[in-house]
Amino acid sequence: MKASEIIVVSAMLALATGTFALRWTGPALRARVVFPPRARQLLEAAAIVLLTALVAITTLTEGHSFADWPRPIGVAVGAILAWRKAPLVLVVLAAAATDAILRLAFP
Amino acid sequence: MRRAIVLMCLSVGLIGVSYGASAVAAGFPAWLPVVTASLVVAGSSEFLFVGIIAGGGNPFAAALAGLLVNARHVPYGLALPDVLGSGWRRVLGTHVMNDESVVMALSQPDAARQRGTYWMSGLGVLLCWPLGALLGAGAATFVHNTNAFGLDAIFPSVILALILPALKDKSTRHAALAGTAVALAVSPFTPAGLPELLALAGAAIILLRKPKQEAEAAR
Repeated sequence: MKASEIIVVSAMLALATGTFALRWTGPALRARVVFPPRARQLLEAAAIVLLTALVAITTLTEGHSFADWPRPIGVAVGAILAWRKAPLVLVVLAAAATDAILRLAFP
Repeated sequence: MRRAIVLMCLSVGLIGVSYGASAVAAGFPAWLPVVTASLVVAGSSEFLFVGIIAGGGNPFAAALAGLLVNARHVPYGLALPDVLGSGWRRVLGTHVMNDESVVMALSQPDAARQRGTYWMSGLGVLLCWPLGALLGAGAATFVHNTNAFGLDAIFPSVILALILPALKDKSTRHAALAGTAVALAVSPFTPAGLPELLALAGAAIILLRKPKQEAEAAR
């Protein structure tokens, strides 16, 4: 195993252990503390902010510059379908197909 | 309810396929998404983890970002009815606590059905998520230029489809837009992985302002 892989695996184990600890906390605390709904809302919103930023970065950038067009257009098609409440299978297939066809048409 | 759980597991498996495929396409060995899927079992944090490292970010910064996304399991555990049991059951039951199992259990009217639904959907996800990742990783190992098949559009589309319902909330949406604007603005100048974390700083300004406005509106 390469040194870089060992670092990635250690970080992954840290994520796995930490996630288990977070899951354990709720039931262990339930009887003892009252978790304010506001804190709960903030945690949920923070997760959505991180994920939205991740979507934007992976859709629009490649390294330090802008991505070529097929990917953002494919994601936009998927987004419109998801917004229209299409099933996830359709969202995924339409996004990938749009991206692939554009790459084939404008190499 | 059984039918709903099976459909849910199938769609989790499908997301797993795109997860395994995008991880391998990004240069990770095929076993990594599969092992991660079994040990972490929290899709969005794994996508974030893999995405940040693939972009060249520090793996521990990626783990930290993943833990932040997984912090929602604390309120989940607080909201969860008594379904876990004790001893090894409690350990396994804790491991299968996820968005799907908690939501499905909470939708049930009585304790017995809550327990059954929680365990069925939790174990279903624990099975389907790594299995999907395995299929996706296997497929991507044999196909070299995965971009040509549009696979690079799958990952952001899946996440977007999953977070879309949460973005209907106005303050969450504004915070997400502000955070994303910050992330995109800094991305040309910052190391990979940092833009997503800086998005939180941008969003904090909007999120923490809210109660004050509500207090003023109440006056």
